[in-house]
Amino acid sequence: MAAAALLRRLPASRAPATAFMAARPISDSTASLTIETSVPFTAHLVDPPSRDVTTSPAELMTFFRDMSVMRRMEIAADSLYKAKLIRGFCHLYDGQEAVAVGMEAAITRNDSIITAYRDHCIYLARGGDLVSAFAELMGREAGCSRGKGGSMHFYKKDANFYGGHGIVGAQVPLGCGLAFAQKYKKEDTATFALYGDGAANQGQLFEALNISALWKLPAILVCENNHYGMGTAEWRAAKSPAYYKRGDYVPGLKVDGMDVLAVKQACKFAKDHAVANGPIVLEMDTYRYHGHSMSDPGSTYRTRDEISGVRQERDPIERVRKLIYAYDLATAAELKDMEKEIRKDVDAAIAKAKESSMPDTSELFTNVYKKGFGVESFGPDRKEMRATLP
Amino acid sequence: MATAASSSTTLRGVGAVASAKPRSAAAPVARSARVAAKGSAGSARGRLVARNAVAAKADEATAAAGSKSGGHEVLMFEALREALIEEMKLDPTVCVMGEDVGHYGGSYKVTKGLSDMFGDLRVLDTPIAENSFTGMGVGAAMKGLRPVVEGMNMGFLLLAYNQISNNCGMLHYTSGGQFKIPVVIRGPGGVGRQLGAEHSQRLESYFQSIPGLQMVACSTPYNAKGLFKAAIRSENPVVLFEHVLLYNLKEKIPDEEYICCLEEAEMVRPGEHVTILTYSRMRYHVMQAAKTLVNKGYDPEVIDIRSLKPFDLHTIGNSIKKTHRVLIVEECMRTGGIGASLRSAIIDNFWDYLDAPVMCLSSQDVPTPYAATLEDATVVQPAQIVAAVEQICQ
Repeated sequence: MAAAALLRRLPASRAPATAFMAARPISDSTASLTIETSVPFTAHLVDPPSRDVTTSPAELMTFFRDMSVMRRMEIAADSLYKAKLIRGFCHLYDGQEAVAVGMEAAITRNDSIITAYRDHCIYLARGGDLVSAFAELMGREAGCSRGKGGSMHFYKKDANFYGGHGIVGAQVPLGCGLAFAQKYKKEDTATFALYGDGAANQGQLFEALNISALWKLPAILVCENNHYGMGTAEWRAAKSPAYYKRGDYVPGLKVDGMDVLAVKQACKFAKDHAVANGPIVLEMDTYRYHGHSMSDPGSTYRTRDEISGVRQERDPIERVRKLIYAYDLATAAELKDMEKEIRKDVDAAIAKAKESSMPDTSELFTNVYKKGFGVESFGPDRKEMRATLP
Repeated sequence: MATAASSSTTLRGVGAVASAKPRSAAAPVARSARVAAKGSAGSARGRLVARNAVAAKADEATAAAGSKSGGHEVLMFEALREALIEEMKLDPTVCVMGEDVGHYGGSYKVTKGLSDMFGDLRVLDTPIAENSFTGMGVGAAMKGLRPVVEGMNMGFLLLAYNQISNNCGMLHYTSGGQFKIPVVIRGPGGVGRQLGAEHSQRLESYFQSIPGLQMVACSTPYNAKGLFKAAIRSENPVVLFEHVLLYNLKEKIPDEEYICCLEEAEMVRPGEHVTILTYSRMRYHVMQAAKTLVNKGYDPEVIDIRSLKPFDLHTIGNSIKKTHRVLIVEECMRTGGIGASLRSAIIDNFWDYLDAPVMCLSSQDVPTPYAATLEDATVVQPAQIVAAVEQICQ
């Protein structure tokens, strides 16, 4: 089988696909499958985890579905932006879905995740729904931040997703603070603080890493290395682009970020390590198909061949699709149907989000303070608004 | 003296109904802690709350604390320390982080002994990394703790400006109300004794436009303890501005627990002729000038505004409606200082009540020089305050 060439090992208990398997439904079996990652892990100051990842047919199908929803959402956001329904900055995550999905598979909702502005898909992975995501992007009151945050400020407190931050690198000290709170409250959970290769050069990262190592905090710093800090390639911005090593005294692991199973394995390993020993750095070798944001065509600093090359060789969804075929968990037709259904769901979510209204003007003054003072500040001409004293 | 003449137990200042009784300038007003009944609205825990902390008239030599058991004398840094210890005992989620707050005991001794009392996980010595440990404080607050972040000198917190502005101030808003950031950021600032330009900064002018942040300035041991406790209990992020030169002020404070309202100004000396608005160290320069002014026959009303953001326009407004003349005395620089904003707010809201232009005495727009004479010339001195009042009251 052509698929077998992709895999180094087939579990002995599993028979190869036969013709009359075509009629059975999509596999939701939780039987264990062991699959090898694409490349071995590269480690710094720690023994890397095994290349053999335990998964199951059901999990693989979930991976496929979740990543497809994310892909579809980001592409739909692209169209909405071009239709001027989404304004301002919009940073899309397509290509990097494996990081969000693999991480989620390795941890629980009690662990915390914090990231920068490329946050739409992590919001979904943490249990956010499409309607509130699209509504927030369009600035409607049904949005996850009531329309007041925008693309860069998605949060989901009940799922321990802490956002959603616009200033490059500032979320990493916040993430170490989350880890501090976890240790303080003796929660035995960990915090994943995500940042990019551009943010990896921020001083506050090293400050926070130093403190986390000193206080043995369960902080996992995850560098989503898509190789470009906006328009600057990593080798032009970092003297040492081996981001997993830049923790120096902190152990690190380099992971193929386009392989969802490798991400899952690494995150599980990192969580166990962090809870027991303190901080660890993960470098996810990943790629974004879109430019840095919708204002960036993404082709002035890299060639179209490079982009299409990665899409052909390393696309995370295609990799899982091939695994699904290899293990005969679904047919091509079934996957196509699933994708069509996902597309319909996303379109329906957009339609529903469009129905939501813009926030009321009074919302301008809510949530400024947790305990408000009943003061509304108004413009100087006193025609529309006035300062009302309590 | 603990039971107040006024039966009002509602908060004055923001959100309260205006008191119908005018304040009589003649009646001596002792430093009274009006103890409210259990279940009072202002306290988060229904504890005894002292409202309307009113200072004694400047003429009285010592202010008697209206405490049933007589009170005890403390220096300002001890008052802050007491506040912190009480709150840390009450609430296990309160922790302190800063440089040398733990084993060293705090560079101004505010956290002296706390490391032994509460351990290394609650009193945290940080490396010199303001940007990241302030960010960590905010992150910990997002997850349910109530950190107190100490800047060894307020000026160092400029390095953490991004964290304070974008994360501390704005996260409650950008998350649509999901996260609250109940941090207290505190530290000494202001012009000291020849500390040099970089260690003599007044950060209240830089932080004042950050939305979502609350700012208070303490000036006496009494209000230092009360404001610090209130700040820790507040769900909003609060910046507490202390002053390097005031840490050794001595005062008698009540033995029983009390807090001060974060949004209220303090009536230091009731008067009739002019309203003098001030805060922090300049309060003492104003009171010194007040002695001279009283001898010259003036009757200034001195208000320590305490709440730098938001302003207590209620108390301030009532005073202006009475005196019709305003002088602001601040330590910020002229450009963009608290005085500039306060003046603007007064003109917007109380223009019709003013009989004279609002005067504002501020520090000069210069880096604070080292030489003693130059440093004295940088800040407002009592003689200038006297001259300004004479000019306003012409």
